[in-house]
Amino acid sequence: MTDRDPAASVQDAAVNQPYRLHAHKPEVSARRARAFGSWYYAEHVLRSMNSYKWTLLASSVGTPVMYLFAMGIGLATLVDQNAAGAFGGVSYLAFIAPALLASATIMIAATEFTYPVMDGFKWRRVYYGPHASPLNTDQIVNGHVIAVTARLTASTIIYFLIVAAFGASPSLTGAAVIPVAVLSGLAFGLPLMAYSASVEEDKGQFALVMRFIVTPLFLFSGTFFPLDTLPVFLRWIGWISPLWHGTELGRALTYGYDLPVWLAVVHVLFLVVLAAIGLRLARSVYARRLGK
Amino acid sequence: MPTLPAGPPVISAQQLSKHYGDFKAVDGISFEVPAGESFGLLGPNGAGKSTTMRMIGGVSQRTSGQLTIMGLDPEEHGPEVRAHLGVVPQQDNLDEELKVRDNLLVYGRYFGLPMSYLKPKADELLEFAQLTDKASAKVDALSGGMKRRLTIARSLINEPKILLLDEPTTGLDPQARHILWDRLFRLKESGVTLILTTHYMDEAEQLCDRLVVVDKGQIMAEGSPAQLIRDHSTREVLELRFGSERNTTVAADLQGIGDRLEPLPDRVLIYTHDGEAALEEVTARGLRPITSLVRRSSLEDVFLRLTGRSLVD
Repeated sequence: MTDRDPAASVQDAAVNQPYRLHAHKPEVSARRARAFGSWYYAEHVLRSMNSYKWTLLASSVGTPVMYLFAMGIGLATLVDQNAAGAFGGVSYLAFIAPALLASATIMIAATEFTYPVMDGFKWRRVYYGPHASPLNTDQIVNGHVIAVTARLTASTIIYFLIVAAFGASPSLTGAAVIPVAVLSGLAFGLPLMAYSASVEEDKGQFALVMRFIVTPLFLFSGTFFPLDTLPVFLRWIGWISPLWHGTELGRALTYGYDLPVWLAVVHVLFLVVLAAIGLRLARSVYARRLGK
Repeated sequence: MPTLPAGPPVISAQQLSKHYGDFKAVDGISFEVPAGESFGLLGPNGAGKSTTMRMIGGVSQRTSGQLTIMGLDPEEHGPEVRAHLGVVPQQDNLDEELKVRDNLLVYGRYFGLPMSYLKPKADELLEFAQLTDKASAKVDALSGGMKRRLTIARSLINEPKILLLDEPTTGLDPQARHILWDRLFRLKESGVTLILTTHYMDEAEQLCDRLVVVDKGQIMAEGSPAQLIRDHSTREVLELRFGSERNTTVAADLQGIGDRLEPLPDRVLIYTHDGEAALEEVTARGLRPITSLVRRSSLEDVFLRLTGRSLVD
């Protein structure tokens, strides 16, 4: 470096010698990126989310309050008068609360793993920035997933606190429904992420996903009534639905719904396996598409 | 790490190829770039420039051939190679939900750079890119030229020794282009190796020490701008207009003047070492062009000669 006048203005220094501060060596960058790259990208996504944090917060509070009043208070009054005892001896509000919680998480996952993915590849090509940096494609997938998981967790905590305030989670183990709901969100969201990454052009596929996958799952996963009350030929929707598996687990945790241990294990395994397959697929689709 | 003046090339490509099915986007190109050189890839759309850049950038796998950056194979040492580079892609991919300055900060984080380094560095680069006033504006409020400058500032956040620029000034107005050229020239002066693609000949002449003309995935010519003009064109060009109907018919009467004659629909070009002398001979033959112009041969003449005048896409 040449000798510089220490009084030189920032502007002169910047213009004449763009490399003034000395970044660490490329080898250090590469080593850190290999070790922490997923977290670096997660940090970026969270900062982007931060720019519309008030919208997120409003929907995280507004959604549960709305549903709990409408279904858990309004509808429940009618249901409890006419079908007391139909829900394993708990109020209708307590019956649907874990299902509403899990479905809210799944809805958020459905949003976060569709349009933002398209944005990353096509609209604003946000993925191509980190792709040119020392990060690799798996880390871009991981980072996006970490950030969405953080958002799901925060929303689910808020939702649970409101559920608890409504007195709809009588069991002491109630708070354990939070990770279960987040897992349900990922079990639905990660396979969807892989699909979204494979969509070259949005011709309304995401709207179709919402209408013909998310909505039926919401309605037919034992959300508002036990799955057994559905005719047998419709129950399969519940069996393949992450929402049903998450809800069954949630009920066991929030009000002591009688769930055999082996079945609980099956529910958890189903969710974990679905999430793991989704993550794996997403990584391979991302690698193929970004590496063209 | 001190840079050795006569060290190994920072980039070396041997018979580099990239095929998509039957389509040969890049078809066996070889070149070497020494440290500190400003190296240009020129070619029409679809010539394989961007594909080559993406392979150098370590984001696209080659079909065959050898490629090393700083002695490293990008397919084996992707993060290490990319850590050495600054990349300005053809299409901006800034995060429009973040503020201008935050775009620099998050990008720097990908290199594991600490905030204590990044904050003053971001301010310094905003100054360099003349965007200090816009530091806390949202990116979507910026003009095209500002976004381009921000993308260049972002590519410098890790103080790379090699900068890859894919059509850095396409779509910009002349003022914005000149500001960018000035900034790129300063980087070059401070020892940064520039690899750039462009289809602006003036840009190539301004910025490149050496360039290759690429067409259909292959290198058509290689050399400094002056050398390419010497090798593939004449010193001067005489442009004659006889009106669109007559240009081709009059060409027969012009035979023998200059080194080479090229009749075009709107004018006739005569390539010659002495344009004025050629013009005198044209008038001596009794031909009266509507307009005539003698000019220096440019890189554009070389480019059109090598890659043809018909539209590529």
